[in-house]
Amino acid sequence: MTALSPSAPAVPAGSGPWQLARAELRRRASVKISLAVVALFLLMAAGAPLLSSLGGWSPEEFDKSAVDPYLGGQPIGPLGGISADHWLGVEPVTGRDLFARVVHGAQVSLLIALTATAIVVLAGTAAGIAAGYFGGRTDAALSRLMDVTMSFPSLIFMIAMMSVAKDVNRVLLMTAVIGLFGWPGVARVVRGQTLSLKHREYVDAARVGGSGPWRILTRDILPGVSGPVIAYTTLIIPGMIATEAALSYLGVGVRPPTPSWGQMIAESVAFYDTDPMYFVIPSTCLFLTVLAFTLLGDALRDVLDPRSGRA
Amino acid sequence: MILYIGRRLLGVIGVLIAIAAVTFTIFYVLPSDPAAAACGKSCSVERLAAIRTHMGLDQPLWRQFADFVTGIFTGRTMGSGQYTLHCAFPCFGYSYENSQPVWDLLMDRLPVSASLAVGAAVLWLLLGLSAGVTAALRKDTVTDRVLMVGAVAAASLPVYFTSMMLIYGLIRTAGLLPYPQYVPFGHDPLHWASNLLLPWLALAVLYAAMYARQSRSSMIETMAEPYIRTARAKGLPRRTVVVKHGLRAGMTPILTIFGMDLGGLLAGAVITESIFGLPGIGRLFYGALSTGDQPVVLGVTLLAATFIVVANLAVDLLYAVVDPRVRY
Repeated sequence: MTALSPSAPAVPAGSGPWQLARAELRRRASVKISLAVVALFLLMAAGAPLLSSLGGWSPEEFDKSAVDPYLGGQPIGPLGGISADHWLGVEPVTGRDLFARVVHGAQVSLLIALTATAIVVLAGTAAGIAAGYFGGRTDAALSRLMDVTMSFPSLIFMIAMMSVAKDVNRVLLMTAVIGLFGWPGVARVVRGQTLSLKHREYVDAARVGGSGPWRILTRDILPGVSGPVIAYTTLIIPGMIATEAALSYLGVGVRPPTPSWGQMIAESVAFYDTDPMYFVIPSTCLFLTVLAFTLLGDALRDVLDPRSGRA
Repeated sequence: MILYIGRRLLGVIGVLIAIAAVTFTIFYVLPSDPAAAACGKSCSVERLAAIRTHMGLDQPLWRQFADFVTGIFTGRTMGSGQYTLHCAFPCFGYSYENSQPVWDLLMDRLPVSASLAVGAAVLWLLLGLSAGVTAALRKDTVTDRVLMVGAVAAASLPVYFTSMMLIYGLIRTAGLLPYPQYVPFGHDPLHWASNLLLPWLALAVLYAAMYARQSRSSMIETMAEPYIRTARAKGLPRRTVVVKHGLRAGMTPILTIFGMDLGGLLAGAVITESIFGLPGIGRLFYGALSTGDQPVVLGVTLLAATFIVVANLAVDLLYAVVDPRVRY
């Protein structure tokens, strides 16, 4: 340890860029809060069956005793039927447990959003690195493909594809369809970064030293692009979650009875006058998740990719 | 410049044909037989074959696609014998559902979607840019914090959530606004605006939040440039520095996303239109999907793609006007 000014965080001298980034992130309150929210929802999604069995209801189980048949199937009790039995109340008419449905909905929503993000990032990084490093025809072809993909009216196209395909696994299809249109964004970021890296001295040195393209790409270029990619990835996750919710909201996403947040919100709209809690609960979950990922992405971008984005 | 525009226009046409080819293949090959759907339940084999010939479905796929593309540019004659039908330029085919030309259907609905998109765009540019620039000029103050927290929260609200809140707050509870019903601008501009105000707001909240975030970062970056310091040092009033020197350069990145956003919305904001019951292209599209009306689906997709591509081209050309460093 060398002499540090008293206000600076305790970072050992000579620490690497990743350690510095981590120390910088740790100082931000917004990072801690948003990480906590993200972790909460991820745990909720991962432990959905366990959590709903703790609550005592499965997501597709009807409970006619929790709704009032004489009031059009209104939940019995205050705030949409919140009670010791149903922690977040019940759905009107069917009496299905909202806690179980929200938790299982988290699983579907986050699974689709995160897998689609993974596809987008892998495909985008591969395409971007190839276009940037090899240049020439590879670059021209890949760049054209990016242009065409970005000109697709993606939401309209996604809705159309989701409603045309009938007998396929909805979750898989949705992941693929959402992933299909996201990769050019990542590819552009990676391509730009690769272009600026490929003629640095250390890359030339590696080339002179006899490294092949594969080794240069994975050992020298990839680590250099990973910072911006991580920041960009976190920032596209909220968009992916919102897209999944929008498709499910429009009724072309996952099919009932499988719950998803967007679909629950769509169903609750019919009851927003009589049972507002039914609308509020899935909406709050969606809002919090999207917000937390956005805040986390903002912080990661500030730290890992200081040149693009906010000063 | 002219050479550049010419090259870009060729590129635009190429991109549109590629999109048309992909869309055509997916929507004409994947789903169930449109001829069978048109023929109904009690359909004889001969009648089915006749309908297929009439619709051109007996041709190989590339032939159907070539006919479709030539039809757009020159119009074409469909069917044969007594069922001959001339589809005038620009021919996007006929709706399976009500046998109207797809082009007429699109042009019928376009004013609604365009009213929605343009009005919302004006609102979100006003709100978003003023919030973003204010925050940038007062960087790290309470105003900046409040505006940016508001923006990040608003950007996380799905448009259907905002819409429901607005309907609940302004229509149901306060009774301030009518439930939106589309009134053409030509009939009564005042009613047109008051009816569309709510959908405009619903869309604008989301986009304004994103634009506020973007324009803040872009303005902060610009205001740190040396030429801004020069402008200040030579004694220009702050207002001139911000408006003439800062905004002009700071807004160029915003122009790019604005082109994409507006282009995407012109051909229908599916969710907003369906929540507010506006008879725009988004609704047309959604209806066509549920009845399997492929010509309409294809038409909407192509129209939307055209808007996006043309908006991008317009933005690139505007760049040369806004940013003196850009030359073609």
